[in-house]
Amino acid sequence: MSSGGTEDFRSSFFEECEELLESMHDGFDLLADGAQDNETMNAIFRAVHSIKGGAGAFGFTDLVTFAHQFETALDHVRSGKCEADEDLLDLFRHCGDHLSDLVAAARSDDEAPPRGDELLDRLGEATGTGGAADDEVPPDFEPVTLDIGLDAAEEAVYTIRFAADPGLFASGNEPLVLFRALAGLGRLELEADLSAVPPLAGLDPTDCRMEWTATLFTVASEGEIREVFEFVEGLCRLEIDTPVTAEALPEIAPSEGLPSLSDLLGSAGDGETATAEPASTDPAAARAEPAAARPEANAPRPGGTIRVDLEKIDKLINLVGELVIKEAMLSQSIAELPGHTESDLSAALESLKQLAGEIQEGVMAVRAQPVKPMFQRMARIVREAGTATGKRVKLVTNGEFTEVDKTVIERLVDPLTHMIRNAIDHGLEPGDRREAAGKPREGTVTISAAHRSGRVMIDVADDGGGINREKVRALAIERGLISAADALSATEIDNLLFLPGFSSKDEVSELSGRGVGLDVVRSEIQTLGGRVSIHSEPGEGTVFSISLPLTLAVLEGMVIRVANQTMVVPISAIHETLQPRSAAIHAIGAGGWVLKNRSGLVPVIDLGHFFGFRSPVTEIDSHVLLLIESDASQYYALIVDDIQEQRQVVIKSLETNYQQVQGVAAATILGDGRIALIIDPDNITRGSVGLGGAHSSIQMAV
Amino acid sequence: MTMKQTAPEQSKTYQEVVAFRVADQDFCFDLTSVREIRGWTETTILPRAQSYVKGVINLRGSVVPVVDLSERLGLGATEPHPRNVIIITVLENQTVGLLADVVSDILTVSPSDLQPIPDIVDDVVRRFISGVLVIEDRMIRKMDLAEVLPSGQIEAA
Repeated sequence: MSSGGTEDFRSSFFEECEELLESMHDGFDLLADGAQDNETMNAIFRAVHSIKGGAGAFGFTDLVTFAHQFETALDHVRSGKCEADEDLLDLFRHCGDHLSDLVAAARSDDEAPPRGDELLDRLGEATGTGGAADDEVPPDFEPVTLDIGLDAAEEAVYTIRFAADPGLFASGNEPLVLFRALAGLGRLELEADLSAVPPLAGLDPTDCRMEWTATLFTVASEGEIREVFEFVEGLCRLEIDTPVTAEALPEIAPSEGLPSLSDLLGSAGDGETATAEPASTDPAAARAEPAAARPEANAPRPGGTIRVDLEKIDKLINLVGELVIKEAMLSQSIAELPGHTESDLSAALESLKQLAGEIQEGVMAVRAQPVKPMFQRMARIVREAGTATGKRVKLVTNGEFTEVDKTVIERLVDPLTHMIRNAIDHGLEPGDRREAAGKPREGTVTISAAHRSGRVMIDVADDGGGINREKVRALAIERGLISAADALSATEIDNLLFLPGFSSKDEVSELSGRGVGLDVVRSEIQTLGGRVSIHSEPGEGTVFSISLPLTLAVLEGMVIRVANQTMVVPISAIHETLQPRSAAIHAIGAGGWVLKNRSGLVPVIDLGHFFGFRSPVTEIDSHVLLLIESDASQYYALIVDDIQEQRQVVIKSLETNYQQVQGVAAATILGDGRIALIIDPDNITRGSVGLGGAHSSIQMAV
Repeated sequence: MTMKQTAPEQSKTYQEVVAFRVADQDFCFDLTSVREIRGWTETTILPRAQSYVKGVINLRGSVVPVVDLSERLGLGATEPHPRNVIIITVLENQTVGLLADVVSDILTVSPSDLQPIPDIVDDVVRRFISGVLVIEDRMIRKMDLAEVLPSGQIEAA
């Protein structure tokens, strides 16, 4: 096998880990909500077990060691040996976090974070499964379940009836492998019932109609027998009769601690297991297990999803974008045909347009992903921040199935992390103060996601004390951000938090005060075409609301003309459009204007002049003004010549083949096949401030 | 004028070049860099671009900048005409269109045909030209593509 092949396996292992970790965290959430059923515990166990198995195959020793201990502890809870109380669940969550870290470390070939041993010690203490110290994992670990019942004494006889469902073969399972694994547990007698097998002519080789009755003489527990069938669960009918020996065996728990390799090979017991039969520790069992475990990777996942390379989807999105543009070009040419009348042609064209639109929407939807995995990552941030600040915090998530473009999700992680740390560190009051205010000691942080009028809204809310506006104001004055004479509204004071150089804590705290302020959060969200606002009620808490476009591939834009160029202004930035004649425009100097509106004086910028397309306009009445909001506190008006239409445009990068252009965010292709530039409203304000200074080297003359 | 004479048998690696005219002068560069040649289409003007960047065009969904070679070489701006051509080149994953008057030939040349630039030529030309080919009575300047592209060197206006 080429190394490239191994690399493929490796990366698909890590992709699978992501999913397994997700279902593990899901399970924890269910447990926290009070689910006590075995299925939840089994799902968690299986996830950890599968990670261990894969990790063994790739030789990630740290990961295997930890996953194994974790799995053992989980098994104790699963088998009812110890109670999953709140503390243990919390510990499990920390272990789950550490497992994620180990996976991430294995993926990037990094050193694993060092807290594993401590967690294992605590696990061992809590579940009585032996700490990290008395462990010895074989260096060359095979994906093996080592929970072989070494402490079993009596041999029992089980009758196992097994019938495969039609889907068993399709998922890559093979009954023979299962029976071999059973044979590894003891002495096996097998009988096949062929009565349901159709005659050869009507035989479907993919449909297994045979049924088996197995009689197993073993010291293994029923749990261990069931484990053999773990990976065909739901794909077969399985009945296991309780042991027929008079002295029924008690439920046998897995051995205490991890047996060493020598234990496995049956050469030594750990005291209680002196009578262990060689058969029960037959390496064949160990060998059969990975064979049984492997098909799980091929098993169809619920709902039947497939993994697709992101590049393929992006290519499809590009092509569909092309299709939409071509369609628009076609409509335009047909409309310009001489003697054009309403005809079949237009009707056909109309349905083509509709189809193209639907395909575009469909393809876009493929890139969309639920925000749930990101929310799960936030759950961890909440736990860690809670521990670091010594505050008890509960995380509530709403709308976790809201779908957002994958790229948007990835780029939201950092700002959201920051906002959550901020909410816990600065938002929530310490427990005593909360109690004094008549609130529960435990603070609540709520993240919610929802679709609202073509945008995604993500809220981060805390039930803390709200923003201390007096203090914010005082700090802003102290830092020279505002002057003592400024009269600010409550909203304006809240928005001071977003100013660069503002940090609301007196002392920089270790957790969220790392020199990165909310201004960075805001600018990150703005680069995604989003905006963030803040709403706070004294004593009730603070809500940060992020509003984002659904995708980064398409933008809702206003198509405008300026100096004979067609350009696009993102709708999200346009506050309102104004006719200069009816607006309160005041001339300042030659060719300079300001607009007076409710919030004060707004600078007026000629877009054509800003881009160097023309000298500044001398009269303003024949133009149109766009009132642009670049920051919550910054407005300016753009002079453009004409507004053409509002439409969705496909975003094309300008930097791929050229370079960044100041004031231009990207490009798009219009219905006539020509390129139009999409302006970057935030850069235009900044640019206009610097005119004559930093940008004096750029030729502005026409 | 120095002439580096290489024995013909030493240079068996023939190379194909595309030859074109810019401001009544013959130029060429390696054919492998050329993706396609298309007629002039109106460009979308890029604000604050260097004077030789004519703007961008839509090449099957990609945004491709167009460089006016004549202006770039200091031979005066081209007044675009439908008969002009845009040579689409790809260099280090960057696609750029080069505006030329007309494409004249595709020639097979051997490295020995390439002669160094005469010393008397000024620095501007030296920067963009890596040598000259003398074929029959024509003199074709071999263009250094990397220097011509807009990302190569951004000059202050």
